Amino acid sequence: MKPAKAIASLPPIDDRIRDAVLDVTARLKDQPGALLPILHGVQNALGYVPEETIPLIARELNLSRADVHGVVTFYHYFRTHPAGQRIIYLCRAESCQSMGAAKLEQHVKQRLGVDFHQTTVDGTFTLEPVYCLGNCACSPAMMVDGQLKGRMTPESFDAWLLSEAK
Amino acid sequence: MSVTVYVPCDASAVSLGADAVAKAIECEAGSRNLDVHIVRNGSRGLYWLEPMVEVATPAGRVAYGPVQVTDVMGLFDADFLHGGVDVLKLGLTEEIPWLKSQQRLTFARVGVIDPRSLDDYLAHDGYRGLAAALKMEPAAIVQAVTDSGLRGRGGAAFPAGIKWKTCLDASADQKYIVCNADEGDSGTYSDRMIMEGDPFVLIEGMTIAGLAVGATRGYIYLRVEYPHAQRALQAAIDTAKARSYLGDNICGSGKAFHLEVRMGAGAYICGEETSLLESLEGKRGQVRFKPPLPAIQGLFGKPTVINNVITLATVSIILDRGPAFYRDYGTGKSRGTLPLQLAGNVKQPGLVERAFGLSLRELIEGYGGGTATGRPVRAVQVGGPLGAYIPASQLDTPIDYEAFAAIGGMVGHGGVVVFDDTVDMAAQARFAMEFCAIESCGKCTPCRIGSTRGVEVIDRIVAGDAAEKARNEVLLRDLCQTMVAGSLCALGGMAPFPVLSALDHFHEDFAREKQQEPS
Repeated sequence: MKPAKAIASLPPIDDRIRDAVLDVTARLKDQPGALLPILHGVQNALGYVPEETIPLIARELNLSRADVHGVVTFYHYFRTHPAGQRIIYLCRAESCQSMGAAKLEQHVKQRLGVDFHQTTVDGTFTLEPVYCLGNCACSPAMMVDGQLKGRMTPESFDAWLLSEAK
Repeated sequence: MSVTVYVPCDASAVSLGADAVAKAIECEAGSRNLDVHIVRNGSRGLYWLEPMVEVATPAGRVAYGPVQVTDVMGLFDADFLHGGVDVLKLGLTEEIPWLKSQQRLTFARVGVIDPRSLDDYLAHDGYRGLAAALKMEPAAIVQAVTDSGLRGRGGAAFPAGIKWKTCLDASADQKYIVCNADEGDSGTYSDRMIMEGDPFVLIEGMTIAGLAVGATRGYIYLRVEYPHAQRALQAAIDTAKARSYLGDNICGSGKAFHLEVRMGAGAYICGEETSLLESLEGKRGQVRFKPPLPAIQGLFGKPTVINNVITLATVSIILDRGPAFYRDYGTGKSRGTLPLQLAGNVKQPGLVERAFGLSLRELIEGYGGGTATGRPVRAVQVGGPLGAYIPASQLDTPIDYEAFAAIGGMVGHGGVVVFDDTVDMAAQARFAMEFCAIESCGKCTPCRIGSTRGVEVIDRIVAGDAAEKARNEVLLRDLCQTMVAGSLCALGGMAPFPVLSALDHFHEDFAREKQQEPS
């Protein structure tokens, strides 16, 4: 990557977001290959990597905006727009397919009224596909807030949804 | 007297309610005024019996499973703390035939020990491999790995010793050990089990690798889908540092090795070694041209050994017991054991570590007990999403690298996904191309464009009449050939394998006339 030329001025950015980013970059920018850990840090702090943080991150790491934009958009996990309060990662890889993942996927989409990469109208859930959660001995699988669930069925999904609504 | 009860903290066991079971046992013991010490072990890998609870008795550990919260009171009533009889009782864990018939070398401690306890690790032969390595010259360590016949367990099966020798012979001011823990293949979870159930064995293996090639710094590149493994590794690294098994002066030897976990971000391609290195450097995970080999110019341009979790974790026992001990297992050029992962539509899924040479049928029918749905097995995908679909007629193929290559398949990372006779193989072929299109890094044209065209051509085959089907099948086979021969890495180069195997062995699924839409 080529170092960026000094940027005289950065686009306007919300103070809260700016502080969160600078807090992360101050901690992590000196380690080798710092960009991914920094993007994880920003997403952990803000829930996403806002577009307007890209010039700031680029400046802090002495990279071009294009470099940072390229990395953010390469990885499925990083998002440039806020998600719902909770993200449901539904596995659609082969092992889960062999145990009815397609049917489960259809049910979940219908139940939440969203397709993959979309958020429910009330802003509660975002649905994302994932290709393997390593729970292939207990397929089909899904993960919510780092909590893994196995042997999911349309019925157990509904039961889970109901328990979450309480 | 306190009774020790084991409840796995393995992510899969937790996905079936193990945390709640552990809590319920603690509460119930408290209310009955019984002294119970709960250890959160890894999983023994008998996943149809998870959450599997074990109780330490004078006769040995007694297993109960699958245990749900609602079973806990009944277990106490049956006096399970003293091995009492219950419908869930499985007997002595070590005597369960499914487990007893295995040859667990890499997985010797997984499910047995407390993964957070370094003392438990040491009490079960841990760090003996490192102790041996510290007394050896670097070249002798590399020679031991070469002599063991160990080949890369990530999928490519390249001899580990040769990779290490190349790195050892390269001279540089800094070298690196990188562990590929981006276990993205569907149907595989052995890396996850090791990292969660015996993280010190991986740390030990990487430290030995560092001594062998003269690397003082290591990275574990872990996929973001594995938060449980991340916590387990971080805790183990912190402990190892505090007890001088990592740091500037390992065990007082004056040798240094530093280790760090780095998280991926949901890109399957980063399991490819050069793209993983790009990602570790903070870049887009795009595949590099080879040469130069990573062993000569790898991470940050420095000589780097990059191996899979299982490969590195196995180095510990090779150094402890000697290369001959390991090499004596296995068959032909496939030496040692392979942790196979039974997954998908199978009655008894789980981790089966056996010497190479076991047949696929023995694995699926013997260990697996057939399909979970009770229907006949129709297809088996071995080696992840880039592995060929193997028809039921080829189940007698022995599991070794060469035998699988001979039938156009690959052992890969040892994942075995079973499908029953309801599977639509044209849909599976389409998915293989779709997955390749989603996960392609975009660097080479055959993979980036070919995968999308592949989806379209398969759609035309499925939807078309006989003439259209025939025309497009020629096109699809031609496209597959281009991808196999012209792609830069295994993603585009092997995604055609499941497609072609589906075409060759399950042609009827493509030949079906399209159902008329009801008017």
